[in-house]
Amino acid sequence: MPELWIEGRAVTVPDGTSVLAALQNAGYRTLRRSLAGEPRGALCGMGVCQECRAVIDGRTVRTCQTPVEAGQRVTLVPGGSHDR
Amino acid sequence: MTSALRAVVVGGGMVGAACADALARHGAAVSVVEPGPLGGGATAAGMGHLVVMDDSPAQLALTARSLELWDALAPTLPAAADYRGCGTLWVASDDEELAAVQPKQAAYRAAGRTSEVLDAAELSALEPSLRPGLAGGLRVPGDAVVYAPVAAAFLLERSGAAVIRDSVVELEDGEVRLGSGARVAADVVVVAGGIGSLSLLPELPLRQRKGHLLITERGGLDVTHQLVELGYLKSAHASDADSVAFNVQPRPTGQLLIGSSRQFDRPDAAPEWFLLRRMLDRARAYLPGVAALSALRVWTGQRCATPDHLPLIGWHGERAGVFVATGHEGLGITTALGTAEVLAAQVFGTPSALTAFDFGVGRFHGVAHA
Repeated sequence: MPELWIEGRAVTVPDGTSVLAALQNAGYRTLRRSLAGEPRGALCGMGVCQECRAVIDGRTVRTCQTPVEAGQRVTLVPGGSHDR
Repeated sequence: MTSALRAVVVGGGMVGAACADALARHGAAVSVVEPGPLGGGATAAGMGHLVVMDDSPAQLALTARSLELWDALAPTLPAAADYRGCGTLWVASDDEELAAVQPKQAAYRAAGRTSEVLDAAELSALEPSLRPGLAGGLRVPGDAVVYAPVAAAFLLERSGAAVIRDSVVELEDGEVRLGSGARVAADVVVVAGGIGSLSLLPELPLRQRKGHLLITERGGLDVTHQLVELGYLKSAHASDADSVAFNVQPRPTGQLLIGSSRQFDRPDAAPEWFLLRRMLDRARAYLPGVAALSALRVWTGQRCATPDHLPLIGWHGERAGVFVATGHEGLGITTALGTAEVLAAQVFGTPSALTAFDFGVGRFHGVAHA
């Protein structure tokens, strides 16, 4: 039962969970925003659509392809901060 | 009552769309035949860099004229075409490369294009993400980028051409035969199918040249110009060997497109990781911050190359009513509008300064040089 941090909050999930499932169980369905501010979240769940991205320990990854590990620090991709 | 010239354009990519638009503006009734997505081939695979290149006098004239035509078209393009006058910055890594910018600037000036030589400090001030220790560069402010599939769709719609979702399987006298068996009457046929043109005209001197592109997440590395190494042409055209060159484009979204690679005769679409690694190592040698970026997607595409790196534009040379517009290699988006002007000049006898250059198929049979 690994414990990880999602947006600074400790959560414990069953072994074998994907980070995406951990995020969704914690209530995070909108994972980032498009340039126009529209909500974006996981669509395909199999590593193709790239819509489930989040930052784990400083690296942006596809959360649907990433198994949970104890101590991971997961934050949402900052949305729209680089608009121009 | 006169009936309009009936024209069939084979291929709904950027070059086909530009030709359809030019033919329609001269009064032709145009059909475009495309079996796949419009602009879905090389048009969608490339960077959409609109760039003046001086590899040869003909290439300089064609790219410079095409940039004038893009400048004129830009205000009418839809926002989704992402047209952006970011300019090109040719980067010199040492003094030898920096010495090459003077003749390049002179060539551009002669073609009516402004450019500005930068020393190391000016380069660093303009693009602080570049590594320290580069020698300088040449800034070409009139160059631009565009999202080509949208530009192609815009030109096709503006042309009013009938788009036929089918393939052309045979060119016959006065008509083309489609995969469905249907026939479309044509006074003029323009084969603009990129490397696919070989299926109709196997005698054309075309080879496919695969390229890789990578697009990053948005944010993370500030780049404002399309960046290209001055050794680009050396890398791009030196030999038949696989090559990579530093070429990075800032997208309006804040993402970076990272190129480029060239490989002859690799028809499959699969990314080749050893070459991608070489390409990214090259990018990192100029932009160290690339190492920390996340890639969103990687894809490949097929350029359509001729032996002298100039496109084939004009009458086929033997078959009545058959014209070609293909073989643009990596410059099809840039030169689509100039290509269409050359084509219209041949079909309708309209004026173009570009007719001073030989873009014809015949140049490879000694006909034009006799």
